[in-house]
Amino acid sequence: MTTAPASPPRRPEAPPALATPMARQIREAPTLRGMLTRAPAPVKVAGALAGLLFFAANAAIGYLVIDGRLDGHWYDFRDLGVAVGELRVWLDDRGLGPWLSYWVTALIGAVGILSFVGGVLLIGTWIERRLLAKFQIRRGPNRVGPFGLLQPLADAIKLVQKEVLIPRGADRILFYLPPVLVFIPAMLAWGPVPWAPTMSYLDINVGLVYVIAISSLSVLAIFIAGWSSNNHYALLGAMRTVAMMISYEIPVSISLLSVALFTGSLKLSAIVGWQSDHTMWLGLIMPFALFTFFFSSTAEINRTPNDIAEAESEIVAGFHTEYSGMKAGLFLAVELGNALLIGALAATFFLGGYTFFGLEQWIPPYLILAVKISAVYFLFVWLRGTLPRFRLDQLMGYAWKFLIPLSIAFMGVSAVEASILARVDLPGLLLIVLVVNAALTVVFVRLWARVVGYEAPRDEVTMPALTTSVGGLRAAQRLRGGAS
Amino acid sequence: MESIGIIVAFWALAVTTVGAALGVLVSRNLLHAIFFLITSFLGMAGLFITLSADFIAAAQVLIYAGAISVLLVFAMMLTPLASRDNANSLYLAPGALAGLGLAAIVGFVAVDTPWAELAGSTLAERSFPDTVRTIGAQLIGRYVLAFELASVLLLFALIGAVVLVHDRAAERGAAAAAEEAGTGPREEAT
Amino acid sequence: MTLSVDLAHYMAVSGLVFGIGVTVALGKRNAIAVLMGIELMLNAVNLLLIAFARFGEAFAGAGEAIAGHTFVVFVLTVAAAEAAVVLAMAVLVYRRRETVELDRINLMRW
Repeated sequence: MTTAPASPPRRPEAPPALATPMARQIREAPTLRGMLTRAPAPVKVAGALAGLLFFAANAAIGYLVIDGRLDGHWYDFRDLGVAVGELRVWLDDRGLGPWLSYWVTALIGAVGILSFVGGVLLIGTWIERRLLAKFQIRRGPNRVGPFGLLQPLADAIKLVQKEVLIPRGADRILFYLPPVLVFIPAMLAWGPVPWAPTMSYLDINVGLVYVIAISSLSVLAIFIAGWSSNNHYALLGAMRTVAMMISYEIPVSISLLSVALFTGSLKLSAIVGWQSDHTMWLGLIMPFALFTFFFSSTAEINRTPNDIAEAESEIVAGFHTEYSGMKAGLFLAVELGNALLIGALAATFFLGGYTFFGLEQWIPPYLILAVKISAVYFLFVWLRGTLPRFRLDQLMGYAWKFLIPLSIAFMGVSAVEASILARVDLPGLLLIVLVVNAALTVVFVRLWARVVGYEAPRDEVTMPALTTSVGGLRAAQRLRGGAS
Repeated sequence: MESIGIIVAFWALAVTTVGAALGVLVSRNLLHAIFFLITSFLGMAGLFITLSADFIAAAQVLIYAGAISVLLVFAMMLTPLASRDNANSLYLAPGALAGLGLAAIVGFVAVDTPWAELAGSTLAERSFPDTVRTIGAQLIGRYVLAFELASVLLLFALIGAVVLVHDRAAERGAAAAAEEAGTGPREEAT
Repeated sequence: MTLSVDLAHYMAVSGLVFGIGVTVALGKRNAIAVLMGIELMLNAVNLLLIAFARFGEAFAGAGEAIAGHTFVVFVLTVAAAEAAVVLAMAVLVYRRRETVELDRINLMRW
C-alpha cells in the first residue's frame, strides 16, 4: 500500500541533448536523489553513522530498560513523555505550586504538537506538489532553494505580500473569523493522539468522542466563510461542504464505534494498547471500517476524490473564493494539516498507532507513528493524483445508500464478534474473526452494491486508443527518459 | 481543593456563556444570533468540563454545536424570503419580565438555601473515575426503558421530519417532467 | 479561601441562561429564534443537572451512580429530535405561507 510506484525503466546514460537553455537548466537542476547519491563519501558515511548512532542508542537504552538494569528516566528518549513527567516532578519539588508544573508541561506539549504540525505544513506542500508531479510525469517546483525546497516559504512570502480584499457587502466581522476559526479544531484534534506510551497531550477517557466532536466543529468555520463572503459560489461551496460533512460524519462515527466495541474503550491509548496486546491491527480485522473511515475522511477534509466543496471547474474555489492573500493560504494550510490529522487518527485507530509488532521498544514510537502518518498522507496524494472528482449527488448517494447501511451492518457484526471474543478464550480466535470479516466484507459489499445498483463496469476495450495513435504515451515516455 | 485554575476557568466560561446568550437576544441578524448561540453552547461545554463531566461535554459539542446548530443554519437557508432579522415581537417586555423573574427565583434559591447545612457538611465534589462506563451501564441497566423510548422518539422524529417536508406536489411535478424527458423517476433530496 | 466556586455559582449561571432563554423564546418573532431560546433553556437545565450530580454527594440518593449525567443524555436526545421536527415544521410553514414569523401564522387552517 505504501510502496512507491514502480520506478521507471532504467534511463539511457546519455540523454539526447536538448537544445533550449530552459531544457538544459531543467536537466542540470539538482534533484534530491541526485544530491543524495552524488554526495561525497565522508558525508554519506557521517550521515549513515549519525542515523545508526541514534537508533543504536535507542535500542541500547531500550534493552537496558527492558532488561531491568535501568529504570526509565529522562534519557529514555524513546518516550518523551517520561522526560516531561520527570520535569513535572522536579518542578513540583521546587515548591512553586502545582500550577507551574501544569503550565510548563502543557506548554511543552502544545509547542511540541504545534511545531510538528507546523513543520510538516511547511514541507508538506512541497512534498505534495513534487509527488503529484511524479504521478503526472512532470517535475514540480524545483527553482527556489535546493530542489525547490524553499518553494512553500516563497509562496508564503508572496501570499503575505498580497492585498487582503474584503468583498463589498460582506459581513465584515464574520469574514475575518474563519481563517482563524478553521485552525482551532484542526489543532485541538491532535490532543488525544498518543505518540508513545506516556507521550500523549490529552489522554482523556472519551478521546474518541472528543475527536468526533471536535472535527464536527470545522463545519461552522467553513459555513461562516461561505456565508460572509457575499458570493454565490462561496455560498454554494459552503452548503455543499456542510451537507457533505454532516452526511459523512455518520459513517465515520459508526466505523469508529465498531473500533470502540472491539477495544472496549474510548481512550486512544487504550485502543493502541489493545492492538499491541493482540499483535493485530484493527484495520485488518475490520477492513470495511477502515475503508469507510478513510473514504469518509477524504470527504470531510475536502481532498480530491471528494473535494466537491471547492471544485474548481464548477464553483470557483468553493467557500474560500473571496479570500485572498494569506487568508486563502491559511485555508490551504489547514487542508493539509487535516490530511495529516486523518493520517494520525487512521494510524491510531486502525493501523496500530505508535506500535509496530514490538519494534516500538527499540526505536522511538513517535517515529513509527510519523512514518504511518506519512504513509497515509502519501496515499492521500496518490488518490489526488489518480482519481477524478465525484459528482455531488453521487457522493451523497454513496454515503447514504452504500456506506451508512453497510457500516451499520458491520457494526452489528463487530458487536457479535466482540461479545464472542469477550467470552471465549481461544488462541487463534482473532485470526478466525479476521478471515470471517474479510469474507463478509466481500459478500456484503457485492450484494449491497447489486441491491443499490452499482454494477461492475462492463468489459470494454479501455486502451487509450487516441493517445497511442497520436504517440502521446510514447512521447511521454521519451520525455521522461530524456529530460532527466 | 479549589485551585485557582478552576475559578478562573469558571468565571471566563460563565461570562462567555451568559454574554453569548445575551447576544442571541440583542443581535439584529439571525445568523449572528445563531453564532452567538453556538458560542454559548461551547461555553456551556466548558462549564461541563469544570464539573468533570467529560463525556457530556463532548456530547454537548457534538450534538449542540455540531448538529443542532447546523440544523438551524439549514433551516435559515431554506427559508430565505422570511426575514433574516431577529426582530422582537410584542411579547418582548412580558417575556423579559418572566425571564428575569425566573432567573431571580433560581438565583434566590441558589443563594438562600444553606446547601452546606442541608448536606450536613461542606459541599464536596465527587470525582468520577469513569463516567462513560457508568452512564452506559445506567442506560442499559436501570434506565433501559427510557433509553428504548428515546430511540423510538428519535425514529419518530426522523420519520416525522421527512414526512413533514416531503413535497408531494413538487415530486409529482418532477415525476411528470421526468416522464416527459423519458427518464425514470428519481429520488429527491429533501 | 472565600474565592471559590460551588453549587450556588453554577445555579446562578443556569438561572441567568434560563431567563435569557425564556426571554428569547417569548420575545422573538422568528420561529427559528424561538427554537434557539428553547435550546438555551434546555442547556441551562443540563447545567443544573450536572452541577447537582457533581456537588450532590451528601444529598439523598447519593450512593447511586451519576444519574444526572444519564438524564442529560436523555435531554440531549430529546433536544435533537425536537430541533429536527421543529425545523421541518418551519420549512413546511415557510413553503405554504412564505413566512416563519409566528405573529403572522395565525390561521388555524388553510
